[in-house]
Amino acid sequence: MNIEIGKKRNPMSLKNRIIRNKFLLLMILPGILWYIIFRYIPIYGVTIAFKEFNIRLGIMASPWIGLKYFIKFFEHPYFFRLVKNTFLLSLFSVAWGFPAPIVLALFLNELRSRFYKRIVQTVSYLPHFISIVAIIGMTVMFLSPVSGFINSILVKLFNIEPIYFLMKEEWFRTIYISTGIWQSTGWGAIIYLAALSSIDQSMYEAATIDGASRLQKMRFISIPSIKSTIVILFILSIGRLLNVGFEKAFLLQNPVTYNTSDVIATYVYRRGLQKAEFSYGAAVGLFNSCINVILLLSANWLSRKFAKESLF
Amino acid sequence: MVHDDSFGSTILDIFIHIVMIFVLVVTLYPILHVASVSMSAPWAVSQNVVTFYPKGINFEAYSIILKAGKVTNGLKNSVIYTVIGTIINMLLTITVAYPLSKKRLPFRSGFLIMIMITMFFYGGLIPTFLLVNDLGMYNTIWAMVIPGAVSTYNMIVMRSFFQNIPVEMEESAYLDGANDFTILFYIVLPLSKAAIATISLFYAVTHWNNFFSALIFLKSSDKYPLQLILREIVLANSMAEELASTTGIDEIALIKTESIKYATLFISLLPMLILYPFVQKHFVKGVMIGSLKG
Repeated sequence: MNIEIGKKRNPMSLKNRIIRNKFLLLMILPGILWYIIFRYIPIYGVTIAFKEFNIRLGIMASPWIGLKYFIKFFEHPYFFRLVKNTFLLSLFSVAWGFPAPIVLALFLNELRSRFYKRIVQTVSYLPHFISIVAIIGMTVMFLSPVSGFINSILVKLFNIEPIYFLMKEEWFRTIYISTGIWQSTGWGAIIYLAALSSIDQSMYEAATIDGASRLQKMRFISIPSIKSTIVILFILSIGRLLNVGFEKAFLLQNPVTYNTSDVIATYVYRRGLQKAEFSYGAAVGLFNSCINVILLLSANWLSRKFAKESLF
Repeated sequence: MVHDDSFGSTILDIFIHIVMIFVLVVTLYPILHVASVSMSAPWAVSQNVVTFYPKGINFEAYSIILKAGKVTNGLKNSVIYTVIGTIINMLLTITVAYPLSKKRLPFRSGFLIMIMITMFFYGGLIPTFLLVNDLGMYNTIWAMVIPGAVSTYNMIVMRSFFQNIPVEMEESAYLDGANDFTILFYIVLPLSKAAIATISLFYAVTHWNNFFSALIFLKSSDKYPLQLILREIVLANSMAEELASTTGIDEIALIKTESIKYATLFISLLPMLILYPFVQKHFVKGVMIGSLKG
């Protein structure tokens, strides 16, 4: 196929094109090798999910056992809990965390002083650059029943007993989502602000002449104008619904709260890596990836059908 | 933005201002609080009276940490990983992006498809771990900088940038006998300083904040980056107590444990806080370039 394309676009034969552009090919070689080794070999390595992986035999020689580990995962007493936790964490993160940057951007857009707007904006996306360890570290310290200021306020101002937040499974989701909002709202607003600033000002002026209030202008001009940005980003969030990252859950969880805090990624880490159950871990991981792809494609299809916008 | 002077408009303004102040406070208070507690005297810490300024300035927590060396070692490691990692990142990203920006590259569409597929299919934690292990990179610096060497997203941004450079500049160099490498190095790169700065910063921040790679690929604690040390001190508990107990009495040690945790947290926040005002506009520009998709 390449030779034909070469012939159509370039009168030179493929061999000549290679010789002509040998330096370009040489240049791209290390990078391509990297992709093959660090992206494609692990994809091949996923086959251990279907094998009884034995380190001594290696990937190729390990025997096939089909879906044994997938079934083991589906029948596991934790299966439902893991999927539920992963799903709910994502769902609520999106439910609360998706509108927040949009609202922030809309409000920032209303500010009259550009200086004020830049200050708030710049401060608001500082948390995006703070490491997840530092953020959770702060969260843990602030929620501490001994020295955290949150409990300190509860005790001193409201006379409530200190709460061991991190030991209570019912608090996990709230803490997880709140820290997520703190970290990502400001950064997320950047895209929406850019889209809002490209809206034609004359539409607003026409609306004023028609007697529209500011809220009405927001509803009928601002929001519809950024509709495609919103939809695309929304599809991406749905596509990541079962993709709860390992790091935050891992740092915030402890065995006491596993009922709400254990997610698929942390389970893969514990069983697949720490306990070296490589085939089992690979199977669970593969299951997760497949669901993600299905979700992304579904969200994209739904969006194309109903909102006429899609990612691909 | 056209505004009217109605009553409803004023209410909205007030509400918006309240929200803005809320955003500022909620974002800044945690950082100020951490800094303040870490620099406060033990009596203030134990009574939980520190808010956003230190009470009874006391740097003992810092001196304990710095003397112990684990944190400074972690800092050193993080700097090494970030510098070497970013250099490798940029080398590979540029050497892939530049050829891909040229239509005359043989197998161009093949390479592009191959790379785009990797954005959707990911081998997974276990296979990647096994690979790193098999390559003998476990517990070495290479495990920290090679597995993530190319971010396809960043590479595409870089490629878009290269595509926008006028071809005439390169063509005259060809006539003078230059090859692709010299053109890249002497002509294209100097013209791409802004993009290089932005993408390097993205990579650098990712390296600096990275703790996951260290968690799974590193075993000896003297190789740990700052983030992992931070995690051990603040989240895994015992290390802070060990450090504190070197100074004696139990009750005081308990307070010192807390101060040490706050101080470590602040040390890890400090580099980013200092650099942030200078580099933040690059990050925003980067998002813009990326979102416009060339």
